[in-house]
Amino acid sequence: MSATAGPRASGGEQEANPLNILLESGDPAGSSGYEQHPPRMGFFTDTSLCIGCKACEVACKEWNAVPEDGLNWTGNSHDNSGGLGADTWRHVAFVEQRVAVGEHEPNFQHLPAAGGDGADGFRWLMASDVCKHCTHAACLDVCPTGAIFRTEFGTVVVQQDICNGCGYCVPACPYGVLDKREDDGRIFKCTLCYDRLGAGQEPACAKACPTDSIQFGELDELRARAAGRVEQLQQAGVVQARLYGESPDDGVGGDGAFFLLLDEPEAYGLPPDPIVTTRDLPRMWRNVGLAAGALLAGAVASFAGARR
Amino acid sequence: MSRLPSLSQWPVLRQLRGQDPLGRGAAVKSQATSALRARTADADRVVKSVCPYCAVGCAQNVYVKDGQVVQIEGDPDAPHSRGRLCPKGSATLQLTTGESRERFVLYRPPHGSDWQRMDLQTAMDMVADKFVKTRAEGWEWESEGKRTRRCMSIAALGGATLDNEENYLIKKFLTASGVVQIENQARVCHSSTVVGLGTSFGRGASSTLPGDLQNSDLIVLEGSNMAEAHPVAFQWVMEAKARGATVIHVDPHYSRTSALADMFVPLRAGSDIAFLGGVINHVLSNEADFREYVLAYTNAPTIVGEEFQDVGADGLFSGFDERKRGYDPSSWQYEDAFVAAAAGQRDQEGNIEALAGEDQGRDAEAARGQPKLDPTLQHPRCVWQILKRHYAPYTPEMVERVCGVPQELFAKVCRLFVENSGRERTTAFVHGVGWTQHTVGSQYIRAASVLQLLLGNMGRPGGGVMAMRGHASIQGSSDIPTLFDTLPGYIPMPHAHRHEDLDKFVAGTSARRGFWGNMRDYMVSLLNAWWGAAASAENDYCFDYLPRLTGSHSTYDTVMQQIAGTVKGYFLFGENPAVGSANTRMQRLGMSKLDWLVVRDFSLIESATWWKDGPEIESGEMRSEDIATEVFFFPAAAHIEKDGTFTNTQRMLQWHHKAQEPKDEQRSDLWFIYHLGKRIRERLAGSPDERDRPVLDLTWDYPTQGEQQDPDANAVLAEVNGCNAEGEMLSTYTELKDDGSTSCGCWIYCGCYAEGVNQTARRTPAREQNWTGGEWAWAWPANRRILYNRASADPQGRPWSERKALVWWDEQEKKWTGHDTPDFEADKPPEYRPAPDASGPAAIAGSTPFIMQADGRGWLYAPAGVADGPLPTHYEPQDSPVANSLYPECQRNPAREVYEHENNRYHPDPDEPGADAFPFVVTTYRLTEHFTAGGMSRWTPYLAELQPEFFCEVSPELADERGLQHAGWATLVSARGAVEARVMVTDRMTPLQIAGRTIHQIGLPFHWGANGYARGDSMNELSSMALDPSSHIQEVKALSVDIRPGRRPRGAARLALVSEYRRRAGITAQTGMKP
Repeated sequence: MSATAGPRASGGEQEANPLNILLESGDPAGSSGYEQHPPRMGFFTDTSLCIGCKACEVACKEWNAVPEDGLNWTGNSHDNSGGLGADTWRHVAFVEQRVAVGEHEPNFQHLPAAGGDGADGFRWLMASDVCKHCTHAACLDVCPTGAIFRTEFGTVVVQQDICNGCGYCVPACPYGVLDKREDDGRIFKCTLCYDRLGAGQEPACAKACPTDSIQFGELDELRARAAGRVEQLQQAGVVQARLYGESPDDGVGGDGAFFLLLDEPEAYGLPPDPIVTTRDLPRMWRNVGLAAGALLAGAVASFAGARR
Repeated sequence: MSRLPSLSQWPVLRQLRGQDPLGRGAAVKSQATSALRARTADADRVVKSVCPYCAVGCAQNVYVKDGQVVQIEGDPDAPHSRGRLCPKGSATLQLTTGESRERFVLYRPPHGSDWQRMDLQTAMDMVADKFVKTRAEGWEWESEGKRTRRCMSIAALGGATLDNEENYLIKKFLTASGVVQIENQARVCHSSTVVGLGTSFGRGASSTLPGDLQNSDLIVLEGSNMAEAHPVAFQWVMEAKARGATVIHVDPHYSRTSALADMFVPLRAGSDIAFLGGVINHVLSNEADFREYVLAYTNAPTIVGEEFQDVGADGLFSGFDERKRGYDPSSWQYEDAFVAAAAGQRDQEGNIEALAGEDQGRDAEAARGQPKLDPTLQHPRCVWQILKRHYAPYTPEMVERVCGVPQELFAKVCRLFVENSGRERTTAFVHGVGWTQHTVGSQYIRAASVLQLLLGNMGRPGGGVMAMRGHASIQGSSDIPTLFDTLPGYIPMPHAHRHEDLDKFVAGTSARRGFWGNMRDYMVSLLNAWWGAAASAENDYCFDYLPRLTGSHSTYDTVMQQIAGTVKGYFLFGENPAVGSANTRMQRLGMSKLDWLVVRDFSLIESATWWKDGPEIESGEMRSEDIATEVFFFPAAAHIEKDGTFTNTQRMLQWHHKAQEPKDEQRSDLWFIYHLGKRIRERLAGSPDERDRPVLDLTWDYPTQGEQQDPDANAVLAEVNGCNAEGEMLSTYTELKDDGSTSCGCWIYCGCYAEGVNQTARRTPAREQNWTGGEWAWAWPANRRILYNRASADPQGRPWSERKALVWWDEQEKKWTGHDTPDFEADKPPEYRPAPDASGPAAIAGSTPFIMQADGRGWLYAPAGVADGPLPTHYEPQDSPVANSLYPECQRNPAREVYEHENNRYHPDPDEPGADAFPFVVTTYRLTEHFTAGGMSRWTPYLAELQPEFFCEVSPELADERGLQHAGWATLVSARGAVEARVMVTDRMTPLQIAGRTIHQIGLPFHWGANGYARGDSMNELSSMALDPSSHIQEVKALSVDIRPGRRPRGAARLALVSEYRRRAGITAQTGMKP
């Protein structure tokens, strides 16, 4: 496990249940029918490098012909995109924080507050969010049509020619990524630029990112790189730096798109302890099976015992 | 109907047969999914291009399929951008191929209420007719007895978004027609940089490249919002950080740049000279300068004449003429010597004439000898001592009082500057228009230049002054200037003097020493390029064909002339003054007085539709039917639809290739000006009038291609590069001659087509060369990437340190060598000393790196070139609620340019009764999601949706004080206008303590206008025309306003609100006019 200090958003338990065939191994492509497949690809988004420019949002839309989703000034810092949705596949969050810092800490600027209440540290967190391409992807689990599937790269993609817009996947996602396009009816989300990967090209957002906050590559390599980066930041005194979604032990088995955050996930609007929502399904169905079996047994018993 | 898949593809069967029983992956991959192809892989060809937005000039790959562009993304081979693009660059596909571009010519007849269609050829003919007629009506042979030979009735604005080739032909043709009022965005943007850097170092362009920032130990971003305005260049700041550099951001407004800085220093908008002066004073008082560098490479030891008087309590230097509101700079000169400036005020505006009765320029220099030096720096009138005395009042206490920067924080900043300069470490400044757009803008840049010279950071890796310009080719439109005061290569436009001829011009503008000593070579070669066969030694190479200046003819002067009724015809080439220029009301009033207006752009910008739906129509002050202006809208081709070069902020010319044809009536500006010129020449053909000779003798015959007859941009660039009498392309400007055997359209671009190869199209990938990227494209001068890099070595030619080695003298090879092309004569040894009577480049020693300067040295003190003083001095902005506590008798820059007009009223002095009407300071800024005046972002949905509305940023304290609600509305009022904005209450705006008082600042982005998809009020409704006297740039970075909750009134009530404020403030025609 990577040597990260600081709190981590993890804690989902692994059901070591051999019947739990829904839970995939750490090689999701391998367990999805690809005998030979390329290494698992993903994103490491180092938000400490993000300048909040939204090139990722635009590059994604241009490549994928995602429609603009309306003019809506939110007043929420510089975030007028709102959140991930059918028409926003990369979303940059902006969090303005005023805190009391004694000494000048790295990553906070000293910005005197009037009134002299000592809360003179300030920072502006910026982070580009995206579909996590979970190892245990609930959206994929619940999709009844096979529209959502695992690619040979280990990514999770919605096949637009199959999707019937039933919307089961929408509440299934623990991150709230999936969303229905109103005038279309189908579900849309980040494909990790599946078509570009097939051509040996990196996703549009990663290519555009001016400061290389969005890093694309083999997931193993990204995880190692991220561990080193967190270490480096910790050494420099940025004690709140932590990885999010990197650990295979978390509730979704680790994300194919994981992050380096500078604060708690909640600060960014991210769930602190995401758990694949189908985790308990095997147990629930087993209980259902037991209950049904008991009912059946009872019915048989009552009818068997009741002779004319 | 799609072909039905075969049964074997049925997922159920695949589940049963394959390794994916649950149908989670391989078994359910549909046919469509399997057939997915990236259009970047399937394109017919990939065309090399350059982003059309800002001046970082990110390289773009344009993918073409079936003759149409299908994708635009970054080019990973590019050393400067590495394949990355900001949100705007990423939106280039939608910008160029989306729905918002106009495709047909539109025409508005005089007094018309709406547009109508008109075919392209008819419109071109009409414009040509009007041009000829208006030119004749506005022709002037003389003014006040001096020959001017010009047309004052036609003006043009725009060019920074155009190719160099386009700017070249526009300047060439209009100048030959006698038009002098040619301006572009460079005027309102970085003109102060040209003056400030040019007079300090010899060239008015950024001394370094963004990629060099990775070598910095300290980066000070000031007057810049680099992470938002230049995101891809900001990657080099991040590289520096990764290597352990410290990054400081000094700004009135906490932006996304501040968020990534190690230290943020909030300061009062308009007080940077006080701040920088404070750092200068710290360095001088603590003897913390890089002494060896200062002694050898700056004019610190030079002795100034005894007539010079520094500013006293009255805030004035010697030579101030109250009547003229300006200085006679002759008392600022060196003792017993006369040096001409390399930039700024040269022949123009008659400041050479000020030495009436004597021979000018180089002859004056010859007569008055060499500058005298005191290497001990003790002489009371040596520059060093003058500098010390001048900045002595700029104490830390003063900085706290004037700028609002606490002394402790200021001390930290000073310490960082000193610790990160010297032999082993270097500091870089990065600046933008936060510094240039002030009535003292040129002096802002001078102040930074002084500091960098004292610290020995110029010409060194990781040092320098990185001027971040803002448009794709605004550097180009300054170099090949669609500007009134220069000719290509920063040759001054000739000024009307008695008996002006080529000799007098050269004498008056060139320097005796340094490369400006070869002015004659550059000028004759230019005239030769323009008038070719007609130009000969006998007729002074047609020097007399050039129109003359009689003062300032900047864009703001032109607006005044439009209002006065002198200017009748106006061209807008991709510029939108009704949003982007100061005092947009005056811009529209000016246009309403024109006979005709030609607008070339992608969409119907505010400057094209004001007659129909501008604020004056809304208020009822003007009615469309009363406006006689005839308006032509020509849809412009995009950069992917033409060949040509952009010059980016690091002086690099990059060729962009045509990828698709423009649609319908869209045409490039090259096409437009070439064919307009042809039509005009046809109409003037056979004219016996001497007035028309420059137009008819002009070389104006370029090869054309294709159905649309596009002029060949290669041919234009070749002319710019220059050739010899045999027609061979020249390789360097040292090959230029003054005997008529060479022609060259722009001497600093000579070499861009060396050996007949288009050097600007070179695309050697970054991985195949060193970090300077010298094999990618071509930079001026002579492909030198870091200017003044001789200064990275000591006077003996050895690097100051190994860590900071850049160029050095190779004793074996007897030449300069290093990581960059040396900005020095390659074979001039360090020990070379010129003979006393040497002139031109031969007069520059082997140990003075600033080869364009008349004395080879960096100027701490500028004896010439800067109109308002040889040393930067703090004055308050035109509109300021704060009194000038440094020079109480001189509130504002005494030499600034002001315009008296009832629509351009200024705000009261802080001690006048009505001063409290406008108590808050406004600073303007850019958002990364938008681009300048919005023409390329407000119509582009992917950008518009990111920042849909105009908003103001205020502190919680100001919101409380004025009752402003977050996400509500506010109205901002100045003496010029009233606008409404959404309210963003944020901790990022903090009140400052200024001289014991709380001063609130309001941040306003300036991108909005009434048209397009994302609409809002324009910030420039609030700003006034008050200009820097050297650069003629407006002051929009610091002004004062009032703010109140709620939306603004509509119609006539809006004007009434402004009037009410004027009354309350006691504003008259005299308000704010005195210093």
